[in-house]
Amino acid sequence: MTASNEGSRLIDEMKAQSGQDPADCYQCAKCSAACPVTAAMDLLPHQVIRYLQMGLEEELSNSKTPWICASCFTCAARCPRDLDLARMMEGVRLTVLRKREGNKFGPADLTPEQLEKLPQQALVSGFRKYNK
Amino acid sequence: MSTAVNETSAGKEPLIVSFCCNWCSYAGGDLAGTSRMSYPANVKVIRVPCSGRINPMFILRAFQRGADGVLVAGCHPGDCHYSTGNYHGRRRLSAFKRLVEFAGFEPERFEVRWISSSEGDKFAEEMTAMTNKIKALGPNRKMRDARWQKIT
Amino acid sequence: MPRTGVFLCHCGSNIAGTVNIDQTIEASRNFPGVVHVDEYRYLCSEMGQDIIKKAIEDNNLDRVVVGTCSPRMHENTFRKAAAEAGLNPYLLEVANIREHCSWVHKDMEEGTPKAIALLRAAAAKVALNEALEAPKLEVEKRALVIGGGIAGIQAALDIAEAGYPVDIVEREPSIGGRMAQLEKTFPTLDCSACILTPKMVEAAQHPNINLITYAEVEEVNGFVGQFDVKIKQKARYVDPVKCTGCGICWEKCPAKAPSEFEMGLAKRKSIYVPFAQAVPMVPVIDKETCLYFRKGRCQICEKECPPQAIDYEQQDEIIERRYGAIVVATGFDQMDPSIYGEYGYGQHPDILTGLEFERLFNASGPTGGKVVRLSDGKPPKKVVFIQCVGSRDKARGMNYCSKICCMFTAKQAILLKEKLPDAKSYVFYIDVRTAGKGYEEFQRRAAEEYDVAYLRGQVGKIFPEGDHLVVHGVDSLSGKVVDIKADMVVLSAASIARADAPELGRKIGINTDSYNFFNEAHPKLKPVETHTAGIFIAGACQTPKDIPDTVAQASAAAVKAVGLLSKEMLQGEACTAEVDEAECSGCLHCVAVCPYTAIDAKEIEERYGDGTLKRTVAEVNPALCQGCGSCSAICRSGSINQKGFSNEQILAEVDAICLQR
Repeated sequence: MTASNEGSRLIDEMKAQSGQDPADCYQCAKCSAACPVTAAMDLLPHQVIRYLQMGLEEELSNSKTPWICASCFTCAARCPRDLDLARMMEGVRLTVLRKREGNKFGPADLTPEQLEKLPQQALVSGFRKYNK
Repeated sequence: MSTAVNETSAGKEPLIVSFCCNWCSYAGGDLAGTSRMSYPANVKVIRVPCSGRINPMFILRAFQRGADGVLVAGCHPGDCHYSTGNYHGRRRLSAFKRLVEFAGFEPERFEVRWISSSEGDKFAEEMTAMTNKIKALGPNRKMRDARWQKIT
Repeated sequence: MPRTGVFLCHCGSNIAGTVNIDQTIEASRNFPGVVHVDEYRYLCSEMGQDIIKKAIEDNNLDRVVVGTCSPRMHENTFRKAAAEAGLNPYLLEVANIREHCSWVHKDMEEGTPKAIALLRAAAAKVALNEALEAPKLEVEKRALVIGGGIAGIQAALDIAEAGYPVDIVEREPSIGGRMAQLEKTFPTLDCSACILTPKMVEAAQHPNINLITYAEVEEVNGFVGQFDVKIKQKARYVDPVKCTGCGICWEKCPAKAPSEFEMGLAKRKSIYVPFAQAVPMVPVIDKETCLYFRKGRCQICEKECPPQAIDYEQQDEIIERRYGAIVVATGFDQMDPSIYGEYGYGQHPDILTGLEFERLFNASGPTGGKVVRLSDGKPPKKVVFIQCVGSRDKARGMNYCSKICCMFTAKQAILLKEKLPDAKSYVFYIDVRTAGKGYEEFQRRAAEEYDVAYLRGQVGKIFPEGDHLVVHGVDSLSGKVVDIKADMVVLSAASIARADAPELGRKIGINTDSYNFFNEAHPKLKPVETHTAGIFIAGACQTPKDIPDTVAQASAAAVKAVGLLSKEMLQGEACTAEVDEAECSGCLHCVAVCPYTAIDAKEIEERYGDGTLKRTVAEVNPALCQGCGSCSAICRSGSINQKGFSNEQILAEVDAICLQR
């Protein structure tokens, strides 16, 4: 186990994705107490943030918790630090996915017809992802 | 005395007039002295009770009389001895800075800085930086009142 | 033309090392108005001051410039010397040759011309100086303490002991405040009433203390030394002179209302004293619930009262009095935790706040001192304490730490174990903060000797299940979810400012922070002063604090007030603003920027043609003006000017300095 939050790509990407900074968390564990699906989690939500604070990328990538999170937002509603945990989980999921799967295809792989439709598709998926 | 005037008005050494509030920045200047820091002698300090006391007229007058730079220094926002004076000063002087810029004058010649009574080092640094900046800008030709030179 | 004398100090070699004294002195001779110049090794010494004094007398000088160290150092010394020679002290100016010139420049080539420029500026300024007089202010030798809790009582006692009369204004019918509601005090577990009641009695009996209970401050005018205060004495409907406090009236009264003192957990009568040890022991009639006031019939208290002290005709009264100093000690409130839906406060009788739970321990409290569940009267076996309910919560509560909760929770857990040895306490906490003498040891005793389980984490929800309350939380250290079948839950609700603190602050002219606590003048060096001279703060109205800190702060505020009251006269600021009424257009921008409310509008009459004309102008109260000059800077017509730092004086300095060019 290596703990370092310096230059962690996972955390930087997660921050960019979610707009949330794990450094704001003071580990009161209110999120874990509020979460309705902790029974199925291997890491409690507050532990996920702690791992983010410590830069434990490997352990996070192997954790089930981000995939169990149902995005019910109870944690976000209860957090005394005003952190949106559900967004952070989504950030972790996206980051892990990208790292694991790589890019399925790049712009060079697209046909001209697909490229023409691309902006609309990007817009629609952007709406889906960020509309809250 | 008139020879002295002519000598320096050739633009050798710039003159910087600094208005310092009595409670923070003037005391910061005192600390710079007590700590034997050094800054250029181009800077001459005028003591005022508060940065909120500064009427833009004072600054304009300094430029008219041939000052090449003016630096107003006051307590950090929130630390004003008179509780709100520097807030009024901040507003007034930032508006004034934009006004002189609008009028076609180099706004860099006028600066506002917050220097506390414990920041002797900052006082010396700011005075040095201001002097260097004004030296690079050259003499104030735009707002200098030529008649004033004749009077003196 | 003024007759100015210029005196240059060598300050040993401190000035003479980098400033050429002879050249500077020669240059000074040519300044306009200068008739005399001199130099000396140490001007601040007796000898040096004598040189100045003698020169003033010999040369008939009416202005003096001294080129020495910073005016912040020795301006007073030289002004005093000038005054001794018969010159108005404000006709002397200091040129700062040491700190702002000789010490910061390396050689005479730099130092000498700058010293000449600084002296020239000072000479130009002093030519425009006027003789000034610092206003002398009388001090009313009486203090007002607002709030009769432990802070107010302590401050009043200290002021009274120093020999000055004090009035305590208390909103409730009795003094005592929050401390009177407590059963025991940490970390020594003395009984709160045992240490507070003697102080209350002492305050009531002290010849210098006057209690004004059931009263509120309506209006404060004036300034340091002379605050004119209007106090509203609410009608008690009981004559305090006749009343003996026998208690028959509240025994017989048929109407009931929730008791404020018992946090609503018990009822009181409509004619009542808030608690058994109330000071003064004079009841009040609560008009809202009294049958006579509501329906016009009953009057049992009037019939039963042996000394016939009941007076239904009493009216609110306004007391007007002048005070030299004011101590504000209005205390704190407890946040209503019902906004935290997950805790279910207010929906179940066994979920209480810390202050409510405290009342259960009290022998005269709602349960007669038995710690029992309010739902069924059974003693609880498991009690869960939840910390930081509303504290350290920037999303739904207060961002600050309430400071007292960790300690009172440890105290209540210990008391609980002592009352009910079978009971078990659980404390959900984020951090345990116990800085203070004997505090850490006390909290550790709770955990080690009183079997209190500390769980680092928070609670997600509380729900009833049968007879119990299931507390669903997390212990973050083990990473385990914890479900506790509790009998009672105690919430450490945040300590917050009184809801009406900003309103009171506006009335008396002091400001509040973003949480509505009163602001001190400096967070470290002026903890009990406010930005308004003569008004001091003490206790939890400044920020949450425990009893030892409150008492210490109250005594500190008292010393400040006594220091003020002990002065024969207050010396005001001499460099105040002055209005030229002929020029003033009455726009009153100056009123808006004045931080001391020293400027008011005034109506003047002027001759206009054949008749007279009324118009508004600004007027400065020199007693309030502190000389910041904000008004002079904002005045559009230049008709308000600061004495000692007038527009003309500053411009003269600018001109003199720029002469170099």
